[in-house]
Amino acid sequence: MSILVGEGTRLIVQGITGREGLFHAMGCRDYGTDVVGGVTPGKGGSTVEGFPVWNSVERARRETGCNATLIFVPPPFAADAIMEAADAGVELIVCITEGIPVQDMVRVKAFLRGRNSRLLGPNCPGLITPGQAKVGIMPGHIHEAGNVGVISRSGTLTYEAVWQLTNEGLGQTTCVGIGGDPVNGTSFIDVLELFAEDEATEAVVLIGEIGGTAEEEAAAWIGEHLDIPVVGFIAGATAPPGRRMGHAGAIVAGGKGTAAEKKAALAAAGVLVVDSPAEMGARVAAALG
Amino acid sequence: MKIHEFQAKGILRRFGAAVPQGKVIDDAAQAARICEDFGGRCVVKAQIHAGGRGKGGGVKVASSPSEAERLADEILGMQLVTHQTGPEGQQVRQVLIEEALEIDKELYLGVTLDRAAECPLLMASRSGGMDIEEVAQSDPDAILRELIDPLLGVLPFQCRRIASGLGFEGGTARQIQSIVASVVAAYLETDASLVEINPLMVDSKGDVYALDAKMNFDDNALFRQRDVVELRDVYEENPLEVEASEHGISYIKLDGSIGCMVNGAGLAMATMDIIKLYGAEPANFLDVGGSASQEAVASAFRIILSDPAVEAVLINIFGGIARTDRIARGVVAAIDELAADGTPVGVPVVVRLEGTNVEEGRDVLERADFDFLVADGMASAAERAVEALKTRVGRG
Repeated sequence: MSILVGEGTRLIVQGITGREGLFHAMGCRDYGTDVVGGVTPGKGGSTVEGFPVWNSVERARRETGCNATLIFVPPPFAADAIMEAADAGVELIVCITEGIPVQDMVRVKAFLRGRNSRLLGPNCPGLITPGQAKVGIMPGHIHEAGNVGVISRSGTLTYEAVWQLTNEGLGQTTCVGIGGDPVNGTSFIDVLELFAEDEATEAVVLIGEIGGTAEEEAAAWIGEHLDIPVVGFIAGATAPPGRRMGHAGAIVAGGKGTAAEKKAALAAAGVLVVDSPAEMGARVAAALG
Repeated sequence: MKIHEFQAKGILRRFGAAVPQGKVIDDAAQAARICEDFGGRCVVKAQIHAGGRGKGGGVKVASSPSEAERLADEILGMQLVTHQTGPEGQQVRQVLIEEALEIDKELYLGVTLDRAAECPLLMASRSGGMDIEEVAQSDPDAILRELIDPLLGVLPFQCRRIASGLGFEGGTARQIQSIVASVVAAYLETDASLVEINPLMVDSKGDVYALDAKMNFDDNALFRQRDVVELRDVYEENPLEVEASEHGISYIKLDGSIGCMVNGAGLAMATMDIIKLYGAEPANFLDVGGSASQEAVASAFRIILSDPAVEAVLINIFGGIARTDRIARGVVAAIDELAADGTPVGVPVVVRLEGTNVEEGRDVLERADFDFLVADGMASAAERAVEALKTRVGRG
């Protein structure tokens, strides 16, 4: 079992004629994902590397029945691309683009209310259900199918966690990068709810970072609803206050959003918090016996 | 991106907010004349990006034109130390000479992003002059809050609710309503991440002015805010951080001695954290970007090593899509390039590579002329970097 993506995923790529878009469309297809085409306004009717290209998401959806989209559109146009996909009714919208203005995302969130699409990201690596579908930019081969769910605000730190798990002989159900922006589509709690319902997921790794209160909210939810082991790591214990650490959302502001507060909240909710990022995999292995 | 007080006031004035009359100068000789124009009394305010200027001695009241000149001369060129500048302070290159107003009441007004509500949040309080964080701690109920609908902006009833909540009526209330609307409009239209008027003052006649003003902007929106970009003052920024941003590298200087080079922001923070766990301090945050190309690695090396406090470098790269062996060749080439440029890397370099083709990658490092300390895993990388530090005495 898995969450969000799997054998039934029919994926399009928005921005498929761009360098990144095409590269990763091929990467997803090579992994075994059913990539049914892509969208670039003005290039409809053409074909790139065997992928049919449409002018609009609406048209692509009508022609292919796609139920997921992966967005590589540049920041000035990315919000529009997300809203176009939602308007077309695409069930899962994964936005990789980094650098979208916050106010664009605020408007996107208002637009998505009352619509049936789920947005993951932006500024995220996407998600993968090992052996079934890769909808993102992560290296597929480090993953192994199994029973651990992974949720993270980071990209390469997620690969680090996955690699540790795989080396411990622990495979993953689904690995989800929710992204490093202050306003994003899917929260830790949204993903935790899905893992809670997924019978195959027997443990969860949650990787947070400084800034905002998403980890604290997740901790409260875990304390009340989740009875499988959760291993947590929060990046940024050494980050200076008031500075944005690479990710737009990674900032300790007004003394709030520190790693210490987040770790304390998670620990209080029964999460197995590790201080060392090198111990994520081993801690899961110990918890699962 | 940050701007100066006088620039923020310029923007707010454009959006209809009342601000005191003032002029910015970099030559103290002009101060007396301006003070005279303001009736012989004025305030001299240091213009640096950091907050806490008053407590640091960067804001002074002059009661005569000659005093204005003397104070301007004193403040211009000084290394102003505040709680936000660090101990070395920031040099004052401009002062704002402003008319001195009779303050009756000091209020607070600010707009920022409410991350949990995912929309702008307007805050106001009667405790002007205090940090809003402090008020939030000591007396959270004293802060009036209005969530702003991103599609509608601030609504007139919300402006009225703020004015009456602050305890005003009549003409003063109308002026407050107007400045609230101006501040929110400025926030939305300039892609600000923060607008803060602290204090917002009411004078003895009941007139309202933005006595101080701070605006920060969303870096991701600068592509569509040309007017804002024009206001950038690179003298206020760390020169290494400016250089890094020109190479697409995200770099933040810290106080430790182990320079870090990592791909990805989360992994970069985690690398800093694990260095600390092993008993040393990171010298910087540095994200070379996902692909860690040879050009990016070479630039990153230059930036890290131009910090004289760096005594060892830890490279932690998780080769995802970019193959590890190619990254390793990039690292070796960057080191050769630096040596050829006459700036060889003179500190121990610990490398931890993981991911695709990792065996070939490590092989490339071991065959290189440079003596890399190759580590297996994050923990051993941190351990080796800290050890390398202990066996060294300063940089040779």
